[in-house]
Parts: sequence; structure tokens; C-alpha cells
Amino acid sequence: MTAPNHNWRKFKNALMQAVTLACAILVVTPLVLVFYHLVKEGFSSINWAFFTQLPKSVGESGGGMANAIVGTFILLGQAAVLGVPIGVLGGVFLSEYGSSRLNWWVRFTADVLNGVPSITWGMVVYALVVVPMKGFSALAGGIVLGLMIIPLVMRTTEEVLQLVPNGYREAAFALGIAKWRTIVQIVMRTALKGIVTGVLLALARVAGETAPLLFTAFGNHFWTHKLTDPISALPLQIFAYAISPYDDWHRQAWAGALVLLLLVLFVNAGVRVLTRDRFKRNA
Amino acid sequence: MAAIANNMIVTAPTPPTAANVTALAVRNLSVFFGDNHVLKGVSLDIAARAVTAIIGPSGCGKSTFLRALNRMHELVPEARMTGEIRLFGDDIYAPGIEPVIVRRRVGMVFQKSNPFPTMSITDNVTVGLRLNGLRDRKLLAGRTEQSLRMAALWDEVKDRLHAPAISLSGGQQQRLCIARALAVQPEVLLMDEPASALDPLATSKIEDLILELKKDYTIVIVTHNMQQAARMSDFTAFFYLGDLVEFDATKKIFTSPAKKQTEDYVTGRFG
Amino acid sequence: MNEQVSNQPAALRARGGSHFGDRAFKWLTLLMALSVFALIVLIGYELAHGSKLALQKFGWHFLVSSDWDPVNEQFGAVPFIFGTLVSSAIALLIAVPISIATAVYLTELAPLWLRQPLTMFIELLAAVPSVILGLWGIFVMVPWLRDHLFPWLQKTLGFLPLFQGPIYGVSMLSAGIILAIMIVPIITSISREILRSVPGLQREAAYALGATRWEVTRIAVLSYAKKGLFGAVILGLGRALGETMAVLMVSGNGMRVSWSLFAPVSTLATGIAGQFTEATEDTYISALFELGLVLLGVTVLVNALAQLLLKTFAGPGVKPQQ
Repeated sequence: MTAPNHNWRKFKNALMQAVTLACAILVVTPLVLVFYHLVKEGFSSINWAFFTQLPKSVGESGGGMANAIVGTFILLGQAAVLGVPIGVLGGVFLSEYGSSRLNWWVRFTADVLNGVPSITWGMVVYALVVVPMKGFSALAGGIVLGLMIIPLVMRTTEEVLQLVPNGYREAAFALGIAKWRTIVQIVMRTALKGIVTGVLLALARVAGETAPLLFTAFGNHFWTHKLTDPISALPLQIFAYAISPYDDWHRQAWAGALVLLLLVLFVNAGVRVLTRDRFKRNA
Repeated sequence: MAAIANNMIVTAPTPPTAANVTALAVRNLSVFFGDNHVLKGVSLDIAARAVTAIIGPSGCGKSTFLRALNRMHELVPEARMTGEIRLFGDDIYAPGIEPVIVRRRVGMVFQKSNPFPTMSITDNVTVGLRLNGLRDRKLLAGRTEQSLRMAALWDEVKDRLHAPAISLSGGQQQRLCIARALAVQPEVLLMDEPASALDPLATSKIEDLILELKKDYTIVIVTHNMQQAARMSDFTAFFYLGDLVEFDATKKIFTSPAKKQTEDYVTGRFG
Repeated sequence: MNEQVSNQPAALRARGGSHFGDRAFKWLTLLMALSVFALIVLIGYELAHGSKLALQKFGWHFLVSSDWDPVNEQFGAVPFIFGTLVSSAIALLIAVPISIATAVYLTELAPLWLRQPLTMFIELLAAVPSVILGLWGIFVMVPWLRDHLFPWLQKTLGFLPLFQGPIYGVSMLSAGIILAIMIVPIITSISREILRSVPGLQREAAYALGATRWEVTRIAVLSYAKKGLFGAVILGLGRALGETMAVLMVSGNGMRVSWSLFAPVSTLATGIAGQFTEATEDTYISALFELGLVLLGVTVLVNALAQLLLKTFAGPGVKPQQ
């Protein structure tokens, strides 16, 4: 004996299944489209010259984004030097020390910091570094990216340290090993892979940031020889070319975007594959 | 000291001269976790170079008692203790005595074996020495072999000392943890249900090992397995709800205990 | 020390000194952890300091005037506030139903073999840099909208002032759409985690009553997870408010308030990005800093709200991170 609205309920059920599937497809579509167009428009412009040459002046065709690619790595290197020690050690504190109240506030503040718009970070470093130095610089760019990764690295470090079973800490204490040595040489060592992947993810995230670099690193058509000079970066160059009126630069923008996206996706996907392996082995 | 450094295989610390030496003298030990009074005024003497078993039903405080002996209970934030514990005459809770020092003299093996996963077998054995500053390679190698022999593991692993520690079986890992604890050359070895996570074959190996070790070490073992306690220990302490109910030679506890509670427990009427 | 048995090397026995190492390390890590407080104060301070001039000169007028005229040194923030709010609202309208439906699909309805890969794919979408989406937006999305969707909207819904006015392609609606694309992955990911954390018992109880799969989802899962889902949405809003590059490239940089969705628009973030390097004199720069201060205030409040919602709802399995 079926209820009178049984068929209606069945229909709604099937309908919702179709609707949610459609939404899932809708979500996936933009990435597919973006990737398709990047490859279509940008692939042909990727050649040896792209990776080795400097941009040519307006109107001349050819040239490349060598300085932008190198610039991105220089900025990321500085960011790592600034952000990794502070972030990792802060994460150590959250995991191994502290009171639950203090740690709650630190986590909360870190999570809120993660949501601060990247352009406001740029303005802050502009006021702090660019103005006193009276000019844009690679240093300012490195500083802003470094500050941005601190809350990210802090949280991921805390998470992976929490995953280390307490039994190891106890075993080390029972051997009479000092707490700080236990943390550094046992706990952090066990979690090292996770800490590194957290750092890589954070760096991949800021590698694609443009807004904070607009008025810190500023961009450069030539090689940067001093950290106190403005420096080019891949996202900056993509942006500058994209809004320019020149077709040739548009093509290069697509190529640069393809390279940047591949870099970012490679790190993200690679990291996920590595961390999956780790869990399987310890299961 | 120099003799020990040059001599690779040293079997034992020099034996005490008196027959009945007390390794650990516990006087009126009480432990509180916050307001929770977990151990109530426990006093007993743990004899040197003998095995003392701590038995009792779950929640009776045996693990807490064990951990008070090497100040491990201090890892819990709201833990407090009153009373006195003397290790061969030294007050281990004296102000100014760091827990770290106590733990080098009183070692511990845990219920769940926990060799450090990122280290090899030999690195695991020597970690207690290396992280406390010992760097002499020859000494470390010698101590590794010595400890692994004492833990009855040497023959099984001597060809793969650099293999990862987690590649060993459960029973082997536990013996590795014992070797790791022994490498630091503690005076007392505490064992918290060391074989409860192991199969019967591995368990019997551990028990044989303990009987060998007691020739040179003072051992205090917590166990919920009464047959094990009866087999291996020289003295037994029966705890119930935080009180030390009875403490005597194992034979007496298991054949003619003084208290009825003890008799009820060892005959299986409760717990 | 006693003269009893002990053959530990003298060095080992005498070595205490861990006390100093322990304390030093603890203070070092504490200092590093406290850096987050220092950073948030620093950001607030620098933006406030930079806005001082504009604050003094315009006061409250800044927030209610829509007259943004750098030439005559008149600065009213309303066009930017309007742009930010409306574009984010459009983004939420589009993104929230789609994201939650997708999260439902991922946790309840999708075949098991598809769940992990699809989830991973969506998380990768979240990693696409803003400037790349903006590039695609300028050269692919906007022309398509300009040539196909917008004229169609004007034809069918042109009686509404929303869909009247000249069509350039770059517009408020384009900004809303690109923002929707950007926030969908994050709302989906977090919603998915939240739905997964709903205890199985809730679902079982509903199934036992003879509910269909969709009804189980609606009754047992979605209503239980309401608070957490709301937190996910607010987090997405927080991200939309601060988005700069992609929006900058498709919004047209209009400086006036308009009812038309096809009109070019600026947001607080794009206004700053577009004008900062051109602003030469102090009042102009200060006005931009004040835009930044407003933006910071709004996003911090929204993000704090989102974090509170997620932390008080979710168990340890949910990571309220972007």
C-alpha cells in the first residue's frame, strides 16, 4: 500500500539527483574551459625564447618572459626565508605548548589573517618598505609574500604536528631527552614531510598573487640586479600584457598564464599525491 | 668509566654488596589529577635486582604509580604529588632535580611499542645517548650491540641494523624499545604492560627476557595478567582504587595473601 | 651523588641544563606564534595611519558621497562600496545554490569511485590564480557575454532597469559571474567537509522512517548542518569581498553608481589596484588608503564571523582554511 504522494516523492528524488549532478558539472566547467583556452592560445607561444629572453619593446614581436619567471622564484625564495621560520616555529608553539585559550586566539587570528585581502597586504608593505626606501623593490615584494605565508604555514605545521602520535613524545621523555630536543629531533622529524608540503602549498598559493606585488615589486622589463630594484614576476607580467593593446603581448600573456597554472597545479597535485602515500604506508 | 668505554661488551653494572638493597623507597605517595585523588598514601620498598609486579583492576592507579617513579605523570598539566620517592637514597622530587635526569636513571617501556618511525634500528637504540650528547661512534656501536643482545634481538637484526625500525614485527619492535631503554643504562626499568599488545609467542619471549634482565636491573612491571605476575615476579603489590592493599613476596600473595581483598582478586572473584 | 650502582658515563649523569634549552625554545616559539597578533595590528595601524589625511578632510562624508573626483580632490567612496556589495551579492546568489548542491552531490549522491577525483578537481580549481581567471575573463568570457548572454537578457528582461543601458561586456554582472566562479570551489569544499561530519546516526534515523535519498539529505543532513553551511557561505563572501585581479579585468572600472547590471563598475579592491600607482598627491593616496581601511574592516568582520560559525559548529575534521 503506497502513500498517495509516493510517486511525487520519487520524482523529486530523481529530480534532485539530476540537479545536483548538473551543478557539479557546472562547477567543473570553468576550469576545463580555462585550461582549454590556455592551451589553445598559449601553447604555440611557448618556445625556447619564451623561457630565455627578455620582453621586447612595444611593437616588436618575439621576446619572452625569462625575467618574470626568474623574478617569481626570487620573490618566493625571499618569502620562504621570512615566512617559513616564523610560520613553522609558531605552528610548533600551537601544537606543543601554550594554553588552550591563548592558542584558540592565535588560531583564530591566523585564520582571519588568511582572509585579509591581498591588496591590503600590498598597501601595508608599501607604507612600511617602499615609502622609506623611496622606491619599489624586489625586497618589498619578498616581504609582502613572506608575511602572507606566515599564517598559512603556521596552521599547516600545527596540523601535521598534531598528527604525530603522542606515544613518540612519551617514549622520548622516558629516555630522559629534553623537551625541546624531543620536539625538534623526534616530533618535527617525524612530521617533516607534512611540514614541507605545507610550505610548498603556501608558496604555490602566493606564487599566483598579483595584487600585493602591484605596488611593492612593481615589475621590470629588464633583469633585476639588486634586491633594491623593482622586479618582474610572472603574474605581474601576465597582467600587464593582458591589459595592453598589443596582440603579440596578449599571446605571451596566455603563454605565461599556462606556465604559471602548470606550475601551481603541479605543486598542488604533487603534494596531494605525496601525502596520500604517507597515510597508506603508516596504516 | 674508562674501562666501560674501551670494553665493548659489558654485561652488568657492578653488583651491590648488600643482599637486600632497596632501589626505590616510596613513602606516603599521593597523586592528584586536579581534584581527583588517584593514589592514596602509598608506601613500599622496591628491591634492587628483582622483579616487582604491580597488579590490580582497571583504574586502581597502577599506571599512575609507575609513572610517578620516573616523574612521567608530570606531563599531565593538573598532576600533583605529595610524599617522597628515593632512588638509591636520592630524593627524585627534590627541588632543583630536573625530571630529565631522573628519567635517565629510571627507564620506561610502554604498552604499545613506539620505535621512532623515521629512524633505523640502530639509530633507535642509540637515540637516548645521541640526543644527550654522546657522539663517540665506537661507544655507540658497542652500546648498540650490547643493548640488542640484552634485549634478545641482536641475532635477528644484526644483518640489517640500518633497516627502518618499523620494518620489524610487533614483538621485535617491543624488544627494540627495550633495547632503546637499556642503552641509556638506567638503574631501574619500568614496564607498563609490555606484552599486552603481543601474541603469546612474542609474549613468552618478552617474559624470558625479563627473567634474564633481572639479574642486572631492577624491574617494576605493571600487568593485568596475573599468571604473568606469578610467573615472573619476586614481589607483588596489589592496588585497589588508589590504595596499596598488600605488598609482599609473590609466592605469599598468590598462595596465602593476608587480606581478603587480595585473595578475592587473585582468585578471580572480581576485577 | 650516591656511591651505589651506576655505570652511566659521567657526562650523561651530570648533564642537566635542559632547563635553559627548554625555556629558550618555548619563548622562541611563543614569540613566533604571537606574530599573528602583531601582524593584524600592523595592518590595521598602517591603513589607519595612511588614511589619516582623508579621514580628517572628509570625515563621514567619505562613506556617503558618491562623488569620486581626483582632479578636484573630492573623494566619496560610495561607488566602490556599492560595487563591492552588489558584485559580491550577485556572486553569492549564483554560487551558493550551485556549491551546496555540488557538495550534496559529492557527499550523498555521487558514485563512490567518482568522489575523490571530483573533490580533488574542485580543490585544484581553488588554486587557480586570480590573474589567470581574469585573463580568461577578458578574452573569452566577456566577449561571449557581450555578444550572447547580455543581449538576450536585455531582450527578455529589458523592462527591468537592471538590464537596461549600453552593453560593453565589462560590467557589474561580469564581475559577479567571475567572482562566483572563484568562490564556488571554496564554498563547495567546506560544505562538503561539513556535510561529511554529520553523524551517520542522523541519516540512519531518517532512512528508517522510509525517506527517499533526497529526503534524507534534506531532513537529516542539511538542516543539521545549517550553521556550518552558513559559515561556509560567509567564508565565500569574505573571499569575494577582497578579490582584486580577476574582477579588475572584467569590471570596467566605472566610477559611478548605476542601476544597470551592464554598467562598468569598481569595487573597493579594484579601485585601489587601478589607481594606486597613478595617485600622486597626498589626499588622493590617503583616500585610497581609506578605501583599503574600509575594505579591511569589512573583510575582517565577515571572516571573523565565518570562523566563529565554523569553529563552533564543526568538529576537528573541518579545516576552515582557504
